[in-house]
Amino acid sequence: MRDIALVSFAQAPSVRREQIHNEVEILMPVVAEAVRRCGIDRRDIGFTCSGSSDYLAGLPFSFVTALDGVGAWPPIEESHVEMDGAWALYEAFVRLQHGDVDSALVFGFGKSSVGPLREVLSLQLDPYYVAPLWPDSISLAALQARALLDSGEYGEADFAAVAVRSRRDAKSNPNAQLSGDFAVAELLESDYIASPLRRHDCAPISDGACAAILASGDLARQLCERPAWIRGIDHRIDTINIGDRNLCDSASAKLASEKSGAAADKIEMAELCAPFTHQELILRRAMGLGDEVRINPSGGALAANPVMASGLIRIVELAARIQSGEIDRGLAHATQGPCLQQNLVCVLEGE
Amino acid sequence: MAEEQEPLEILSARHVVEYPYTRSVGAVIGRFLGGLKDKKIEGSLTPSGRVLVPPSEYDPESGASISDFVEVGEAGVVTTWCWVAEPLAKHPFDRPFAWALIRLDGADTALLHAVDAGDSSRMATGMRVKVRWRQQRSGAIGDIECFEAENLGSQDGEIV
Repeated sequence: MRDIALVSFAQAPSVRREQIHNEVEILMPVVAEAVRRCGIDRRDIGFTCSGSSDYLAGLPFSFVTALDGVGAWPPIEESHVEMDGAWALYEAFVRLQHGDVDSALVFGFGKSSVGPLREVLSLQLDPYYVAPLWPDSISLAALQARALLDSGEYGEADFAAVAVRSRRDAKSNPNAQLSGDFAVAELLESDYIASPLRRHDCAPISDGACAAILASGDLARQLCERPAWIRGIDHRIDTINIGDRNLCDSASAKLASEKSGAAADKIEMAELCAPFTHQELILRRAMGLGDEVRINPSGGALAANPVMASGLIRIVELAARIQSGEIDRGLAHATQGPCLQQNLVCVLEGE
Repeated sequence: MAEEQEPLEILSARHVVEYPYTRSVGAVIGRFLGGLKDKKIEGSLTPSGRVLVPPSEYDPESGASISDFVEVGEAGVVTTWCWVAEPLAKHPFDRPFAWALIRLDGADTALLHAVDAGDSSRMATGMRVKVRWRQQRSGAIGDIECFEAENLGSQDGEIV
C-alpha cells in the first residue's frame, strides 16, 4: 500500500440556514483555503472527488456546478459519490493507490435547510415497502433509541449526557453551530419530537462544506510538516431492512472498525458521526471504544451536521489534532442511511 | 433619512418532475404486494428456514435467490416503536400516532408500519397488534392502512 495522508483541509462554519450563498458559493472559499494552506498548485492536483446529494439541492447533477466552481480547466480527472464526502475521500485514497497520481482534492457539501430534511431523507429508503409510508429520519432513529432503552443498558439521561458533553466541547469549535453549557436534568424537561427522542438528541439542520487535500509519501511531507497518515480505511453496509437488524448494535461499524485495523494500537481519540445521541453509545460499544478514548472534542455531528459533509468533517477534525501534535493516533467515523445503516472508519496517525 | 426598503421579491418557477414510465416490481416484491390486495401477507423462506416479512429477493445470509413463500398471520408483536405527537405533512395520519416495527406471527423479521393507538400510553414494546386493511386496495404497502391493538376487537373497514 502507498502511504497517503491528509495534508490540508478547511471547512465552512455550519449555520442553520445560509440565505445568501448557494451550495457552490459556500464551497468555493473552502476549497480555495484548503489549496492555499498547503501551497499546492491547483493544476498539480491529480484527482478530484466530491460527495453531495441531488436530493438536498433539488436538481439533477448538481455536483457539476460545484466542479465548475472549484475549477475544471484545464480538464481534470474527477469523480463524484452520492454519499458523504468521507466516501469521496475513500475513493480518492483508492485512486491514489494506483500510483500514477500523487495528490487529490476531496470535498463534501450540502444545504440541508433548503427542503424539509426529515422528509427528504425518506427518499433513501426502500422504495416499495417503506418509502411510500414516509417515515422520517427522526422517527426511524427513535425506533432504534427505543430498542436501546428496552435493552435496559441505557436510559434517556445517558442520551442527554451525550448532548451535554457535545455542546460543551463545541464551545471551542468555531465551526460548530450549537454549543453551550446545559444540564442533563434541564434537557430532560423538554418535549419529545418523536419519543423517546427530544430535540437535544437530534443533530441540528446545517448548511456547510468541507474540503481536504490528500498526498502520497514524500509529496505529503513536502506539503505539510506533520501529515495525518491514513493507516486504515474501510466501509461496510447493513441491510436496508431495519426490521432484520439488531438495532442496538452496529454490525457494519464493528466490521469496518476491525478491517481498518483500529485495534492494532492505542486509539487516543475518536471523531464519531452520530447524528443522534443514542447512536454514539451504539457506535462506542460496537467499536470497543472505552472511557479512555476522547470522543468528539469538536462537538461532533450533534453540534453541526451539514449532510454530505458531516462525515468528512469528522476526518478533518481528527487530522487537525494529529497535525498539531496533540495526538498521535485516532479514529474517525462517518455514517449514512437510516439507523447507522452504512459506516466508514478511518484510522489516522502522525509520524 | 433612509428610504423604506422594498421587500425582497422571491424568485420562483414552476417545475414539474415526471416519470412517464412504469416498471415491474418483480416476482418477489410483486407477489407480496399483490397478496396485500387480497388481504394475504406472505413472507419469503430462506434456505436456513427464516421467514422474512417483508420478503427479500435474496437470502441476507448467503445472497442466494429466494423463491419459496410462506403465509404469515395478520397480527403480531411490536418489537420497538416511537410516538409522533406532531405528524409531518406526508405522514399517514394527521393525528398523533406511532411508528412501529411489527413481527407478524410466523415471521422472523419485523415490518415497519404505523400504529393508530390514539395515545402514547396505549403503546408498549411487546404489545400485540393486528392489521387494519384499507377498503380500496391497489397492491401497495399502503393496502395496510395501519396496525391497531389486537384487543380492540374487529375493526375491519370492509363494507360487505
